[in-house]
Amino acid sequence: MSTANMTRAERRQARRIRRFDNPWLNPKLIWGAGLLLSIIFIGIVGRFIWDLDLVFTGSSPLKLPPLGFENLRGQLGVMAHPIGTDGGGRDMLAMIIIGAPNTLFVGLLASLIGMSIGIFLGFSAGFLGGRIDDTIRVSADVMITIPPLLILVVFQSAFGDVTLTMMALLIAGFVWQSPTRLIRAQVLSMKQSGYVQMAQLSGASTTHIMFREMMPNLVPYLFGSFIASVTTSIVTAVGLEVLGLGPQRIPTLGRTIYEAINAGALIQNLWWWWGIPTLLLGVIFIGLLLINLGLDEVSNPRLRRLS
Amino acid sequence: MGRIPRDYLINRIVTLVLTVLIAATIIWIIPRLSPVDPAEIALGRMAAGAGSVANSEEILAQLRANMGIDQPLFIQYLKYISGALVFDFGLSTAAFPTPVSKLILNALPWTMGLMILSLLITFFIGNLLGALMVWDRSPKLVKVAIPAAMVFTSIPPILSGLLLMWIFAAKLQWFPLTGAYSIFVEPGWTWEFVTSVLHHGFLPALSIVVVTFGFWALGMRGLMITVQGEDYVKLAEAKGLRPRYILYRYMIRNAILPQITAFALKIGLLIAGQVLVERIFAYNGMGKLLYDAILNQDFPVIQGVSYVIILITALSVFLVDLLYPFIDPRIRHEANA
Repeated sequence: MSTANMTRAERRQARRIRRFDNPWLNPKLIWGAGLLLSIIFIGIVGRFIWDLDLVFTGSSPLKLPPLGFENLRGQLGVMAHPIGTDGGGRDMLAMIIIGAPNTLFVGLLASLIGMSIGIFLGFSAGFLGGRIDDTIRVSADVMITIPPLLILVVFQSAFGDVTLTMMALLIAGFVWQSPTRLIRAQVLSMKQSGYVQMAQLSGASTTHIMFREMMPNLVPYLFGSFIASVTTSIVTAVGLEVLGLGPQRIPTLGRTIYEAINAGALIQNLWWWWGIPTLLLGVIFIGLLLINLGLDEVSNPRLRRLS
Repeated sequence: MGRIPRDYLINRIVTLVLTVLIAATIIWIIPRLSPVDPAEIALGRMAAGAGSVANSEEILAQLRANMGIDQPLFIQYLKYISGALVFDFGLSTAAFPTPVSKLILNALPWTMGLMILSLLITFFIGNLLGALMVWDRSPKLVKVAIPAAMVFTSIPPILSGLLLMWIFAAKLQWFPLTGAYSIFVEPGWTWEFVTSVLHHGFLPALSIVVVTFGFWALGMRGLMITVQGEDYVKLAEAKGLRPRYILYRYMIRNAILPQITAFALKIGLLIAGQVLVERIFAYNGMGKLLYDAILNQDFPVIQGVSYVIILITALSVFLVDLLYPFIDPRIRHEANA
């Protein structure tokens, strides 16, 4: 039967069946990745076509609205600043081109480090057992209850300005515990499973079992855990920035929101000042959620029939 | 419903004590590593008020003695830990000489009230919607609308807060922009005060509710799927019980229990999110206290607020861990759980 003479319902059915062949090609995963890539795309292409010097204070007129809007002083948006300027005379577009990738960068770097620590500790705890397992398990349990934001608030208010990388490193110290617990639990249950015991019986080395037998089965979990920690990291970073901490001189989306709130942008109806960074953060978080839901479908086939 | 085995209890208590102790220690160590001297900040504040300060060296020494930072570190640490046990964090440096514990005590009821209220609402709505997503008799609209609405639940409450604040407070002016109660009413158990508090609390609570119910709904959806095919549900259907009765009494009741443990994992993030909501709404809670303390470099307050919030988090996790087996008799405590 060709696609042409199928009813709509049949075609949808066919598409759904095809999707079962490769769970990695589900629409949630694709949409989520697309949203995140579009943020990265803005950051890369923007650097070539836009004048980034406009990000400095006083480089543009103050509080200009986006194109097609009028601000309270009756000024209209101009082509030179298509999405407006903020109260310090900075061009919003230049700020976003630099700030949005910065925000993603902090999230990705922090969780990359956190995940690496988590994989290492999780495997160690699950495989070695005994004292090492106890130590790792208790420290993960202890650290998982401590909200990272509060410790980092203490840290940054004591030390003042930090760089983006430094902030990512600090956050990384708080996103290793969930992956550690997850991987430990998975390793413990896999150790009992038939194929791992078979591999052990046939004399496979520990590294072979870890990386060739167990790792492939862990991949969807690892990805899911990675995306979850990217979300946590970005939430924490934005939280710090909104409290006025975090990098002081580098544009980030959270810092822009902080300045907008402090300048009373809500009352002055300067919606583009806080609204545009809020929207972009929303896109980032929705993208991450969609990826996570997509990955859930990969690792838990029972969810697939519902979507 | 069995008794809690001693090993398990000891395990949980050790974790609780370790958590609080480690957090308190980290909070104490960090400012000591910093080059910033709190006595100099206090002196700077005096100088800013008076123009110039005579005998600044003597005053600095006296300030250091008052703050106890001229003593050896080990003694300082012991004093700090024993103080933290009874919630004594010294005096605020910005609102000198108010004790930090008094500032926290004033802010805590606001934070707890807002938190418990929004938590109860999200738990109820989230679980109900999550269950309806799986239930095969729920209207088609529910199955389409909820997943669409859930997309927005990945957003931290601060962003939803900004959006709601702009629409309902700045544009429509239905709700006040900031504060926890109107400055024109006297605090007390009067009708005016209570309505003012509810009026001011609505937007902060709503901004937390709209972005957190999805977490519970997602979890509930996963749990309902596992319950759906169970034999006891089939039996109930075969007996001809009403579908709605089966949904509430058979499916939700069994699926909802593990959700309570999810709460233990989520509470840290919830509190952190709420601190930020309080900051943007200038709500009289711990968030505003913390933000003001950061602005004024008021370290005792920053330490105290962080410590109390971490303590609340650790205690809630501890309680959930202990109470859970009583709620769900299927779970047996295991010593190595």
